[in-house]
Amino acid sequence: MIKVKINGQEQSWDGDPDLPLLWFLRDETGLTGTKYGCGQALCGACTVIVDKQAVRACITSVNDVAGREVTTIEGLHPNGDHPVQKAWRQVNVPQCGFCQTGQIMQAAALLMDNPKPSHDQIREAMSGNICRCGCYQRIENAVHLASTGV
Amino acid sequence: MNFIDNPRKIRGFEKHVRVEKVSRRSILKGLGITGGFVLAAPVMSRQALAYETGAGKMPHGVVVDPRVFVSVAPDGIVTIVGHRSEMGTGVRTSLPLIVAEEMEADWSRVKVQQAHGDEVKFGNQDTDGSRSTRHYLMPMRQIGASARTMLEQAAAKRWGVPATEVKTVNHEVVHSASGRKLGFGELAADAAKESVPSIEGLKLKDPKDFRYLGKGQVGIVDLHDITTGKARYGADVRLPGMKYAVIARPPVTGGKLVSFDPEAALKVPGVEKVMKVQGWPWPSKFQPLGGVAVIARNTGAAIKGRDALKLVWDDGPNGKYDSVAYRKELEEASRKPGLVLRKEGDADAALKGADKVIVGEYYIPHLAHVSMEPPVAVADVKGDKADIWAPVQSPGGTRDDVAKTLGIPEGNVTVNVTLLGGGFGRKSKCDFALEAALLSKELGAPVKVQWTREDDIRNGFLHTVSAERIEAGLDKSGKVIAWRHRSVAPSIASTFAAGTVHQAPFEIGMGLVDMPFEIANISCENPEAAAHTRIGWFRSVSNIPRAFAVQSMVSEIAQATGRDQKETLLALIGSPRIVKPEVKDLWNYGEPQDSYPIDTARLRKVVELVAEKGEWGRQVPKGHGLGIAVHRSFVSYIATIVEVAVDDKGKLTVPRVDTAIDCGTYVNPERIASQIEGAAIMGLSLAKYGEISFKDGKVQQKNFDDFQVVRMDDSPVVTNVYIVPPGPDTPPSGVGEPGVPPFAPALINAIFAATGKRIRSLPIGKQLEA
Ligand code: FES
Ligand code: FES
Repeated sequence: MIKVKINGQEQSWDGDPDLPLLWFLRDETGLTGTKYGCGQALCGACTVIVDKQAVRACITSVNDVAGREVTTIEGLHPNGDHPVQKAWRQVNVPQCGFCQTGQIMQAAALLMDNPKPSHDQIREAMSGNICRCGCYQRIENAVHLASTGV
Repeated sequence: MNFIDNPRKIRGFEKHVRVEKVSRRSILKGLGITGGFVLAAPVMSRQALAYETGAGKMPHGVVVDPRVFVSVAPDGIVTIVGHRSEMGTGVRTSLPLIVAEEMEADWSRVKVQQAHGDEVKFGNQDTDGSRSTRHYLMPMRQIGASARTMLEQAAAKRWGVPATEVKTVNHEVVHSASGRKLGFGELAADAAKESVPSIEGLKLKDPKDFRYLGKGQVGIVDLHDITTGKARYGADVRLPGMKYAVIARPPVTGGKLVSFDPEAALKVPGVEKVMKVQGWPWPSKFQPLGGVAVIARNTGAAIKGRDALKLVWDDGPNGKYDSVAYRKELEEASRKPGLVLRKEGDADAALKGADKVIVGEYYIPHLAHVSMEPPVAVADVKGDKADIWAPVQSPGGTRDDVAKTLGIPEGNVTVNVTLLGGGFGRKSKCDFALEAALLSKELGAPVKVQWTREDDIRNGFLHTVSAERIEAGLDKSGKVIAWRHRSVAPSIASTFAAGTVHQAPFEIGMGLVDMPFEIANISCENPEAAAHTRIGWFRSVSNIPRAFAVQSMVSEIAQATGRDQKETLLALIGSPRIVKPEVKDLWNYGEPQDSYPIDTARLRKVVELVAEKGEWGRQVPKGHGLGIAVHRSFVSYIATIVEVAVDDKGKLTVPRVDTAIDCGTYVNPERIASQIEGAAIMGLSLAKYGEISFKDGKVQQKNFDDFQVVRMDDSPVVTNVYIVPPGPDTPPSGVGEPGVPPFAPALINAIFAATGKRIRSLPIGKQLEA
């Protein structure tokens, strides 16, 4: 039996310990805000935060996070008012929106680590997250806005 | 040649206009209001419109009935139905916003309800071809105005005053003479009893009184849900008892399963079952390819189970498809005469007599859509009833196809349309929903079929692959006197009909025969090409290769004559006029020529606007260059300037993009800008990296590592968008697709300006490193 804390709640799993965290979250726990885009750590759609670090849930097993604290988009802020989420809305970032929860989690992790990232630091830190709709200019502006106060 | 601008016309679904036959019960149920009576819904009529569109010719046409689209609750909340699919364009916000505008509803008291697939009730729902605003701006205004009129009539009756004395202001009907007011909620029940006014008599708002249209201050309705993870895409649908399925499909188009061994798959923890999926022989429109499904308690187990399957395939007739050899075939065909589609003057003779002939051979490979959400669908089939939840661009077509595939009446199929995590044309084909329906029927349980990214890249409906060859003949003064364009590419029609070797009218009308230049001798030709995989619509479709070839050639002519790119482009466009190519059944995106002619004044205007705002001719640092391109597509006009920087190692970056669009009357400039910004990224992705190639019949790419798209670190630093203000009665035109085609040629022309290297084959890949 694996125990893991997700958004502050204890969850347990007695199935395949190698099951990717992504599918544990989406299919077994019902937390569908974390998305599948590639399954190979290539797109960032599945980004969650594990102990303050942005992690790709598609290549992280449930076993890898045993006893650790996982934050998904659903747990980022109780009302969805994390500065990154607010900035995202102010800048009207999303098109289809599918990549955006992963982008937001990546941005939130970046700002924990580096509260005032430069233009180049934002572009580098966010380049593991693909947006096929092409919202990059607005994502960059929103991260900048979140870092300077929304 | 079949005329299939819309997939469903090929099966004879075309109905021009229809008289409403919605039952009274269903309408009242839809309104959530009891009482009242129901009139036949008015069908859009010519007199009522300032302009005519092709909307009435789409399958099931247009329904203009406030009772279908609008309901008002006693608490005043107005619910407006969004009947098109939301894949990122903002349509789920924009169309209801038009209704709210005309109704004088307060947007903060409006809820949007997504329509399920039902074209008898809602009219055409195919969200493709950049048609939504174009076809529905006026009908949505009429629906809003009808609803407003019914509320006003109800208020006037209650007060015993003539309806001409009341008016609606911000969610209230007011009688100024007496100072009385009634909120929408207070009038809802009475308004539902009013008859639907005739379209002809409707009073539409004066555009100068618009509060929302054309302003761009309203965020998309799903904004909060998207940023909190609550937005529900197809992938996010969960039903009690639902099983998770992943399917192994034939690796070669037209291949068949010979045998399979499920044993190892069944040992994977969480895997419950392995079963065959019915397939249809190629080509069969959107029917499933067939294969073997692994059913599990979660998607991860299903994927692991599929990896463990032992499968034997018969690759069938396309087992030798090889992109290197195929390219040679296409290029050879482009060097010989082909089916002549447009002939003006005598291009052969003029080319022979020309002082100089410039020949450009351009190539663009297959592309995959890779929408961020791969295809996915949930089905719950019980007996002769089917419920589907899917991110489909074609809710009505999906309903048709599910009913036919299961052999049940269409009325027994409910297609619930979720948000789409991107579409780009991939999700106008409902094969994934059909797979889910077949599996659910057999299992007797709800099933989600999840395509992996690998499935999406290997088993999709790809963008075609094209060889475009242009010969331009110049006289002594450098004026272009002859133009011959041969376009060779497998057609989308090949996905519907075996033996297709020519482009369909809707493909040749995308930048080949509608070429707008003022040249005396023109020949547009289409040599034969057979398909060896499934070809489908990809955002912007054939405009991508055509704009790339034509607009690259403009720059080659500028280079040969030592003139400026922009001046050369304007000289080729020539005088402001309406171009009427001599082409039988000229395709005009399904729109009448009267409302949507090929207008070179508008084409020139976007070139001039982007040149002015984008500071064409500005000094750029060493290693930088500017390129320009213009293209009319989806009856919009759009011009782009790209600035590139190429360093001494050949690394390409894009510091700045400027785009001007004339899309006629528009609804939401903020979403137009987001579409154009995104189009630049998609254009850069396909130009820099985009290539799907085949060897031994199989796609050689698999995921975002070998089918790359632009990421933030190589995206344009800034994209500026300028929208041409519409004339008073300019009809609305497309926005979702037109942004992509001019990007690649503007980029390539900029690279030439920066480096002197002319790239004629996409993707750029390592060509700049040499
Ligand atoms: S799904 Fe995990 S990085 Fe793409
Ligand atoms: S908003 Fe569609 S993929 Fe990013």
